[in-house]
Amino acid sequence: MNRFAELLDRLVLTPSRLGKLKLLTDYFRETEDPDRGLALAAITGDLTINAVKPAMLRALMEERMDPVLFRYSHDYVGDLAEAVSLVWPAPESHLRANRTPTLSEVVESLQTASRSDGPRVLARLLDSAESASARFAIIKLVTGGLRIGVSARLAKQALADLGGVDVNEVEEVWHGLSVPYLNLFAWLEGHGEKPERKPEALFRSVMLSTPVENNDLERLEPEHYAAEWKWDGIRVQVVAENGIKRLYSRTGDDVSGAFPDLMDAVQFDAAIDGELLVHDKKGGTGTFSDLQQRLNRKTVSAKVMEDYPVFVRVYDLLQEGEEDLRPLPFEERRKRLERFISELDPFRFDLSPLVEFSDWHDVDDKRKRPPHPVIEGVMLKRWSAPYMAGRAKGPWFKWKRDPYTVDAVLMYAQRGHGKRSSFYSDYTFGVWTGPEENPELVPVGKAYFGFTDAELKQIDKYVRDHTIDRFGPVRSVRADRQSGLVLEVAFEGLARSTRHKSGIAMRFPRVSRLRWDKPPAEADRLESLESLLDR
Amino acid sequence: MRAKDLLHPRPEGLYCPPGDFFIDPVRPVDRALITHGHSDHARSGHAHVMATDQTLQIMALRYGENFAGATQVAKLGEVIEVNGVKVSFHPAGHVLGSAQILVEHKDCRIVASGDYKRRADPTCLSFTPISCDVFITEATFGLPVFRHPPDTEEVARLIKSTEQFPERAHLVGAYALGKAQRVIRLVRDAGYDRPIYIHGALAKLSRFYEEQGVALGELLPATLEKGNKGDFAGAIVVGPPSAFADRWARRFPDPVASFASGWMRIRQRAKQRGVELPLIISDHSDWDELIETIAETGASEVWVTHGREEALVRWCEINGIRAQPLHLVGYEDEGD
Ligand SMILES: [Zn+2]
Repeated sequence: MNRFAELLDRLVLTPSRLGKLKLLTDYFRETEDPDRGLALAAITGDLTINAVKPAMLRALMEERMDPVLFRYSHDYVGDLAEAVSLVWPAPESHLRANRTPTLSEVVESLQTASRSDGPRVLARLLDSAESASARFAIIKLVTGGLRIGVSARLAKQALADLGGVDVNEVEEVWHGLSVPYLNLFAWLEGHGEKPERKPEALFRSVMLSTPVENNDLERLEPEHYAAEWKWDGIRVQVVAENGIKRLYSRTGDDVSGAFPDLMDAVQFDAAIDGELLVHDKKGGTGTFSDLQQRLNRKTVSAKVMEDYPVFVRVYDLLQEGEEDLRPLPFEERRKRLERFISELDPFRFDLSPLVEFSDWHDVDDKRKRPPHPVIEGVMLKRWSAPYMAGRAKGPWFKWKRDPYTVDAVLMYAQRGHGKRSSFYSDYTFGVWTGPEENPELVPVGKAYFGFTDAELKQIDKYVRDHTIDRFGPVRSVRADRQSGLVLEVAFEGLARSTRHKSGIAMRFPRVSRLRWDKPPAEADRLESLESLLDR
Repeated sequence: MRAKDLLHPRPEGLYCPPGDFFIDPVRPVDRALITHGHSDHARSGHAHVMATDQTLQIMALRYGENFAGATQVAKLGEVIEVNGVKVSFHPAGHVLGSAQILVEHKDCRIVASGDYKRRADPTCLSFTPISCDVFITEATFGLPVFRHPPDTEEVARLIKSTEQFPERAHLVGAYALGKAQRVIRLVRDAGYDRPIYIHGALAKLSRFYEEQGVALGELLPATLEKGNKGDFAGAIVVGPPSAFADRWARRFPDPVASFASGWMRIRQRAKQRGVELPLIISDHSDWDELIETIAETGASEVWVTHGREEALVRWCEINGIRAQPLHLVGYEDEGD
């Protein structure tokens, strides 16, 4: 438990991806079975433990401590789990365990406890933990949600690093595995067979594209490529086999549960690759903002399903019945796909159309002026290419439309992390709103990249020289009509947001240019962003 | 004599009317008794200063030889009369030279603790409990959430991290007086014998600690010639916390930001400061030590000052000890 607790403590404060990977890989290497497998399950959200409610936790605490002192403590710390872990009294010495239990002992006690026994078992475990960190980890396990900034994908990358294998290999065997993953670790450490893929509706690692860069196309023949619109939805894979149906995200997470309307329409034995989108009110294609109504939910109401019906715009067929189509050239797969899709419910599955073009200039024109807001450019696919997992350069290109830009004024700056901890590197920027003659700035987004190191130094200096207020790591920077730094911010799209004062949320904002030359009064107004929303 | 006639707060600091002196005054006064060298307690410009020899030397290092009109050394345990009031200094275990001050007059004994801690510190003398009627305690960490873990565990994590991330410099924020030298000494005690790099602000005080018999091993200035960033890879660099948010920190390769402080007990505090490797090492008493000390002094009344008074006052009430917050202004807790 101590090592797991230490791992959680370090992960939550380690900002860099590489640092997290190193911590995870070292932990998996140094920790024995089954603890490391349980830790992995806890991180990926695959560990089932009966939850103890916060009210229960508070009640346990108040049996052990003056409620007023506990209230002072809780108010000061904020987080209940952390407050309890810190103030939990050490038991009388004769009741004290002689060591902190291992992670597997903790998990076993919690899993075998009945719901009514839960709080008592939790109290016993907290008594036996020797450090606040260990108590914190135990409470996090029972209250659910470790919140350590580690995705399942990152954990799998750490496993791949441990075994010196490609992360796609880990993805492919993942669904055949079960907690505590003994065969996985044995394979990764070279003393066991590679785990078998379970033969049921498995995820196939996806094929990815590379962006078109300078001169990429000069050496390529337009007739060797097909063009399709690049849809700005969610990349998904629908796999159905022997009555088992799954909807996977591009990283192989099973997201079927949130889309029962779509899954009902899966009446086939195949694996298809496509983009998840929603219909708008008129039955056309909705925007990304509409699609967001359906994302990040574990369950979904009938009303939401009716208002925002999802469908898949299909662009590839990977498996049909018993036959794996991935080795076939795209041209062949496309023909098979066109035939296959004609049998499906057209409201839930439609075909991503090919885009006619004469030469690369024509493609360039089209990607710059997409006919629908949910199109973010074009895809170029080589007719002869098989379906290959990973991001090889050449078979698939993406060529995005130019980003939107807005001239905004720097309002707040926050210190960065890691390498950037001595720089003000996270910028909140705003645009003008209110009456023309007396406008005020409203924040519309936050950007922390897009500038060079040299520019970072300049902005940092600007922030330090123009600070008007500071709170914690944040500085408020002078920003009015006379004085302020104008940032040209590039972004991929806008969505309506009730969480932001401006009413909009920017997708993927980054600083594209520093406009030292531009007077702040001439930065953009909120109305010009709002007009993009309605497109 | 009533306790509050012997010592009570004034804007300048804690004042003793019969003795006509102040303890740790925050403004220049005629006669000051000073518990320890942290800048919020030890200020320059008093006419007369009485403190331990080490505290006087630390003040001279920080403010220059003329920091006071006249100075008087208080030997630990020796009773000195000031205008008929008996005062004596006793080890507080906070930093080198730190002392509690016992003030005694007409059967009334008051101990002003200054800042103190109870656990062993290889860089200063240990706290001795002094029995008294009124104990004036600090309360920097006066909440039950503050329970400092053993410092050996914290230092072991630092050393482990230097092995785990040998390509990154480990920047340890530690206050210049006391904390920095204690961290360095603990790192040495853990068997780490590579050079430790220090920020210029630590040089004078670290040399003073060495002269006082606290061996710190090989210390090198954390300065560099052009283009030798690699030299600090895997190294431990100690500097005042303020320096790490500063341009100074940019010279180190992909640094691990660390901070040695009791405040690091709270995750959100570490997060807000961008600290990647918090080290919970404090020169103040934690909650358990505060309440244990109050009980040990046998005081029938406790005055709680600079810090989080309310929880400690509450604890005293529950345990049948009279307690009140003592509102002294100007203490900013330089030391943690
Ligand atoms: Zn102090």
